[in-house]
Amino acid sequence: MTDSLAISKFSDLANPTRFLALAARILPWMAVITAILFAIGLYLSFTTEGDYQQGATVRIMYVHVPAAWLSMMCYTVMAVSAIGTLVWRHPLADVSHKAAAPLGAAFTLIALATGSLWGRPMWGTWWVWDARLTSVFVLFLMYLGLIALNRAMDDPSRAARVSAVLILVGFVNIPIIKFSVDWWNTLHQPASVIRMGGPTIDQEFLWPLLIMAIAFTMLFFTLHVMAMRNEIWRRRVAAQRRMAARLAGHVTGSEG
Amino acid sequence: MTALLLRDLKLSVRAGGGALIGVLFFMTVVAVIPFGVGPDLNLLSRIGPAIVWIGALLSALLGLDRLFQTEREDGSLDLLLMQEHPLVLTVLMKCLAHWLGNGLPLVIASPLLGLFMNMNEVAIGATMLTLLVGTPALTFIGAVGAAVAVALPRGGLLVSILVLPLAIPVLIFGVSASYAAVEDPAPFMPPFLILVAITMFFAVLGPLGAALALRNAGD
Repeated sequence: MTDSLAISKFSDLANPTRFLALAARILPWMAVITAILFAIGLYLSFTTEGDYQQGATVRIMYVHVPAAWLSMMCYTVMAVSAIGTLVWRHPLADVSHKAAAPLGAAFTLIALATGSLWGRPMWGTWWVWDARLTSVFVLFLMYLGLIALNRAMDDPSRAARVSAVLILVGFVNIPIIKFSVDWWNTLHQPASVIRMGGPTIDQEFLWPLLIMAIAFTMLFFTLHVMAMRNEIWRRRVAAQRRMAARLAGHVTGSEG
Repeated sequence: MTALLLRDLKLSVRAGGGALIGVLFFMTVVAVIPFGVGPDLNLLSRIGPAIVWIGALLSALLGLDRLFQTEREDGSLDLLLMQEHPLVLTVLMKCLAHWLGNGLPLVIASPLLGLFMNMNEVAIGATMLTLLVGTPALTFIGAVGAAVAVALPRGGLLVSILVLPLAIPVLIFGVSASYAAVEDPAPFMPPFLILVAITMFFAVLGPLGAALALRNAGD
């Protein structure tokens, strides 16, 4: 029992106490790394010269593009957790996709809002119904629907299993978003960083963008672990309240 | 399986089944549009296929929450879950019965509404054909939503919110195929075949997901 809290396999994380111990150990480190990366990334994004056509507005890209990547990655994390829920009945997977849904909605909202702010000076309009914009908006609606579904059920494990099914069905939207700019010729520019034959984006913009992307990813995982920890605590509080209520009822019942 | 199909079909066409309510809602939605955009016949004939498709989508959503709700209320859902038949097939049969009861009447009613919208014969035929091919996909997608929300006390609205985003590709290709039939440069077959592919894709994925959700939603 001495090394009962040691984590050697992924399945060891099924014990929430072990997960909480691990989270307490790594969370400060993750937060510090996130802060450093953001400091470097923001410094670089504000000191590089602007684009010769777009001027300073190109700096919106350093927030917009990582947020958009994260909105898709978050859904992928949720889909993997959903498989974990349905196939392995991993208790932390339930917590994981429940905690990730609001984060995904937030990143999607950031991507939509910054994209809209960027589109106003560049395209001359706040919003166009083009393939990429529409599919990301649909992704946002799906996040909100999943949050609503999770809130609508009071039994957490059943809510987790049922929303896992829906997450997996909704995963068909992710490839549609990724390739929408390749399949339909629309106003939104096609992929310029992750593509066959190397990135076409200039080095000057690439480095700040990559650092900001890593910073956003670290931010997501930090917030995700925090949200999972909070969810576990919330469930424990709820369980203890139920137990206290039962005990109180028992005492008054025996008195009366 | 055939017995289940016939039973569901009978239930849906008799009083309280809600099949005719769907058609009525479809006609009401389409009839409201001219009041909103004005009685300009040229404009109506241009947006006609889109209006008919949106009306069909909304009224297909309307009846979806009843797909498993009545079975749950009278307890026969548990019997269906305990059958020796694969649950996927049972769900598929229920979807087919639901489509025959709710989707097919919409397809049959659509030419009449096409006339109201001042669409020409080709557009009416194309819209009817795309609806015939596309509405089963709406039922299959909706089955997942209905199965997910079956345990909720007021799942009706939530089903619509969950299902609508997934139904958007069906709407896109249904409407673009209808337009392609009327306007010359765009070919009719590619969007139509994609619509067929979407329907067949969801005919597999929908019942699988719904069966999984029904097993897990059981208490």
